[in-house]
Amino acid sequence: MTTLLEITGASKSFGGVFAVSDVDLAVQAGEIHCLIGPNGAGKSTLFKLVVGTYPPTAGRIVFKGTDITRAKPFARVAQGMSIKLQTPSIFRALPVRQNLHIALQDHVARNSIGAEEDRLLETLGLMSDASRLAGLLSHGQQQWLEIGMALALRPLLLLLDEPTAGLSPEETHRTGELVKRLNAEGTTMLIVEHDMAFVRQIATGVTVLHLGKIFARGSIDEIVSDRRVAEIYLGTPHGE
Amino acid sequence: MLHLLNGPQTLGNGRRFWICACLVLVAALIYPMFADPYDVGNFAYFLIWVFMALGLCLMWGYGGMLSFGQTFFFGIGGYAYGVLSVDLGSANGMALGNFVLAVLLAGLTAAVLGYLMIYGKISGVFFGIVTLSVTLALAFFLGQTAGPEWAIGDARLNGFNGMQGMTPLSLPWFGGDIDLEETSLYYFVLVLLVCTYLALRMLVNARFGNVLVAIREDPQRTELLGYDVRRYQFGALVLGSMLAAVSGVLYTSWGQFITPSSIGLPAAAMPIVWVAFSGRSDLTAVLVGTFVLLAVFQTLTIYSEQMALILMGLILVVTVMFAPQGCFVGMSRIAGWRPRRNRPLPAPSTEAG
Repeated sequence: MTTLLEITGASKSFGGVFAVSDVDLAVQAGEIHCLIGPNGAGKSTLFKLVVGTYPPTAGRIVFKGTDITRAKPFARVAQGMSIKLQTPSIFRALPVRQNLHIALQDHVARNSIGAEEDRLLETLGLMSDASRLAGLLSHGQQQWLEIGMALALRPLLLLLDEPTAGLSPEETHRTGELVKRLNAEGTTMLIVEHDMAFVRQIATGVTVLHLGKIFARGSIDEIVSDRRVAEIYLGTPHGE
Repeated sequence: MLHLLNGPQTLGNGRRFWICACLVLVAALIYPMFADPYDVGNFAYFLIWVFMALGLCLMWGYGGMLSFGQTFFFGIGGYAYGVLSVDLGSANGMALGNFVLAVLLAGLTAAVLGYLMIYGKISGVFFGIVTLSVTLALAFFLGQTAGPEWAIGDARLNGFNGMQGMTPLSLPWFGGDIDLEETSLYYFVLVLLVCTYLALRMLVNARFGNVLVAIREDPQRTELLGYDVRRYQFGALVLGSMLAAVSGVLYTSWGQFITPSSIGLPAAAMPIVWVAFSGRSDLTAVLVGTFVLLAVFQTLTIYSEQMALILMGLILVVTVMFAPQGCFVGMSRIAGWRPRRNRPLPAPSTEAG
């Protein structure tokens, strides 16, 4: 397996307080790597370091062998990353189809954009809502639309920040199925999540963050059976 | 390319709209045959300002950048044209050369200012504050240039009285240049405006326009789709500012004078009123609305200039409160000139499901 994303010694401090401290993390091509941890663990901060929203205070981020530590978010996207933020970030005043069109226009030949829009709308289950304004979709549909926009870029690495936030159990399960299907089609994923049922459904590798540091890493079975993780994150072993 | 005339970013994409547009254009073309030259010149005057409004529409309505600096670039263009025409003359096509140089100078100024603002992360309300500040600074600066030392070559800036004595635009022609005044200026401005309008329609319905609208809606998401947001904002600012300079050059040529009052605060607020009243999110609405508002404004000015200004302010307040999308955008939607994006899409094909 080749390493697609490699984070080495990444730290981020805000006014002297370290939200992320000396984190090493590697995401292999083809895996679904979940980043979990209790509230305040530094998951979202680490995610933003990878996205490029924040520059790290220290450390190095390498993607496909290229150092992207200081690269702007759009430059990271151009290299093959694609990002879905925690709260739906879509063009709310534009129709669903136009949202996808804007995402697709640089990645698909002009004469096949329409067909690609249709394919994504079908994949996301949004075909009947194609001409609705995106802001009128349900929360779950907005989450899927944003995943669809991220997919439109045909990424090598898809970064998802809490993709199930605010979703019903049924919507969460559907999102899990979508994630697994995309992974089977060749998309590597790094997912920040705290819904353990969802993580169990999808993860091939898990890293646990606690107080800004790496606390544990391994397969989902190893993480779930780790008593220390249960104590900081899952409560008692029977607590779920 | 022509398919871009219709698209999701423009109202009026159907056959009915284009038939109406052609009828209006034909009426505009034959108007000088029935009107006296003074009225034709007046119509040209109204059309001259529309370039500036279209530029603001592009920046604000499509790109989300509210600029108070349109009259700054209007002034740069107008004064530059005045200086160039006095110093270089206008014979043998030089007038058109002066036109192009003045607009390019305004574009260069916009590029410097835009680089400092956009790459300096100035956005939102601060964008308006900075552009207003430079506008007022230019107006005050030009107002104190009454002395003979304030001259560029033979061209005196003349303080509050403004520059005078520049030559009108002229077209090179066999057997001597054709001066563009009254009817000929009207036709020149009309053709230029139609070309500009159609070009802008194609631009906003093309890739650039899609990205610009996306930036207006959510700059962060746009960047996360791989677009360098600042580059598009920069492009829209330069283009919109150059359109303001086109208005400035045409205005200077039309009246053969330009004063600092055409740059100052009341003047700087006018494009905002025109575009907000018309409907900032659509080029056609801005084109029609600006023309109508200018005609109303001039009619009122005959009776009382102060009252006309107050009415303009009142129109802005009423528009913002009761029709924030703009009056002409609202009316055009009632008329059924919807953007293509709101039309029902075809049912999914059976293979897809």
